[in-house]
Amino acid sequence: MIYLKDITTLQVFPEKCTGCGRCIEVCPHAVLKLEDRKVLIADKDRCMECGACEKNCDFGAVSVNAGVGCAAAVINGIIRGTEPNCDCSGSSGSCC
Amino acid sequence: MKFEPINTPDKRFSPIINSKQDCGCSVPEKADSISGAASIQAPYISGYIKTATGDIPQVYTVLSRRDKWETVKARMSSFRMSFTVEPGIYAAGNPDENSDVIVTANYKMSFDTVRRELNGMNVWILVLDTNGINVWCAAGKGTFGTDELVRRISRTNLSKIVSHKNVIVPQLGAPGIDSGEVRRKSGFRVVYGPVRAKDLPLFIRNGYKCDAEMRRVRFGIADRLILTPIELRQIFAKFHYFALFVLIFFGLTTEGIIFRDSIMKGYFFLAGGILSIFAGAFFTPVFLPYIPFRAFTMKGWIAGLVLSGGAFYISGVFESYNIFLVISAMILFPLLSSYMAFQFTGASTYTSLSGVKRELKIALPFYISGLILSFIFLILYKASDWGMI
Ligand code: SF4
Ligand code: SF4
Repeated sequence: MIYLKDITTLQVFPEKCTGCGRCIEVCPHAVLKLEDRKVLIADKDRCMECGACEKNCDFGAVSVNAGVGCAAAVINGIIRGTEPNCDCSGSSGSCC
Repeated sequence: MKFEPINTPDKRFSPIINSKQDCGCSVPEKADSISGAASIQAPYISGYIKTATGDIPQVYTVLSRRDKWETVKARMSSFRMSFTVEPGIYAAGNPDENSDVIVTANYKMSFDTVRRELNGMNVWILVLDTNGINVWCAAGKGTFGTDELVRRISRTNLSKIVSHKNVIVPQLGAPGIDSGEVRRKSGFRVVYGPVRAKDLPLFIRNGYKCDAEMRRVRFGIADRLILTPIELRQIFAKFHYFALFVLIFFGLTTEGIIFRDSIMKGYFFLAGGILSIFAGAFFTPVFLPYIPFRAFTMKGWIAGLVLSGGAFYISGVFESYNIFLVISAMILFPLLSSYMAFQFTGASTYTSLSGVKRELKIALPFYISGLILSFIFLILYKASDWGMI
């Protein structure tokens, strides 16, 4: 299953990449790949912006605006004027 | 620190599994023992293992009937009802200083899955305090995160319990863990394990290697189906508002509210409401890949349109009911279904924040104008019912 087209905020900077492969290891949807020991995006539309790749790259070679793809979180965030947040004290949403 | 008699877990009273009514977001201060969990007792603890840092509770790796029943309850209840495990270190089998350390969350279901899959192996289980939330969701919130992992490693004195410097963290915890920082702060190296606990034994046997499939998150029909009870429950918890509105609205006559009218005329609207909830919160999730469009709002709208339209057609609603009422229903119910399906983005494992934001931005004007329109048609219906037009 693939979500919306061309929507992810994922970016890679192959020039900073050392080819360690950590980002590929943590990605739950096989979005990234290594070519000539440099990171590249293999399947952009599968990215769910979980942020695992960015967080685990020690060299700043991947960036993504990470967050939860949860409607309740986004709506809560708008109502409260905060960042999308699946606040578990609310009763809606099962993202957490 | 009081040590309870070993090997006699008290079945009647367990301080560990608390069905809290609040979600436990505010972390209660917990007294820390040397090994993190040495003095606790719970039905899943079979005994204690002596180590350099004190006694460490040993857990059953075969789930009891009670454990399984709690899993069922956790699936059915809203997530606010959390089943938690005391954070700390536990032993599965008879681990020693060379044994692997598996990290998990203090959500009872996560903990149960891990210990069940480790049956027959000798490993340590390091339970992080995630407020009783599962690994992936807690990682998204950051409670299953770098700070908590570093803190738990130091509070349990892990470096005295094992002689190596590796911790196996579930891959789904990676969004919360900065492995470089963990290493700098605790000296421990994060090894990412497979997505599913059932692949843990194979992962370890393969020399801590996952194949591509073990790294992929799937969202198969069973995964989707098992998430629907919670979804439905949360929606039906609010259904009485809709029911009350329908009863009052349809009962309203020029002579006051007549409940015979509420039932006679309103039941089709109530049934439509239930049907659209079913379409959005059950049918759409289950048949997710087969419904056209990628956006959940669109999938839900189509499911709602087809199901409510079909049901109304079969039951003859289109011929026998007031045209204004039918138009109002056909605007409202697909939109309701769409909204329910949109909520399922929270349970899905592949939707992104940017995508959900875009869906909302596009759908919101439709939701608002649709609500207004369907309300206008309801008023028109009432007016014609009362003979005003
Ligand atoms: S984690 Fe960073 S450095 Fe390592 S392969 Fe990925 S992008 Fe390159
Ligand atoms: S944000 Fe998550 S899904 Fe997207 S590329 Fe990174 S690890 Fe993969």
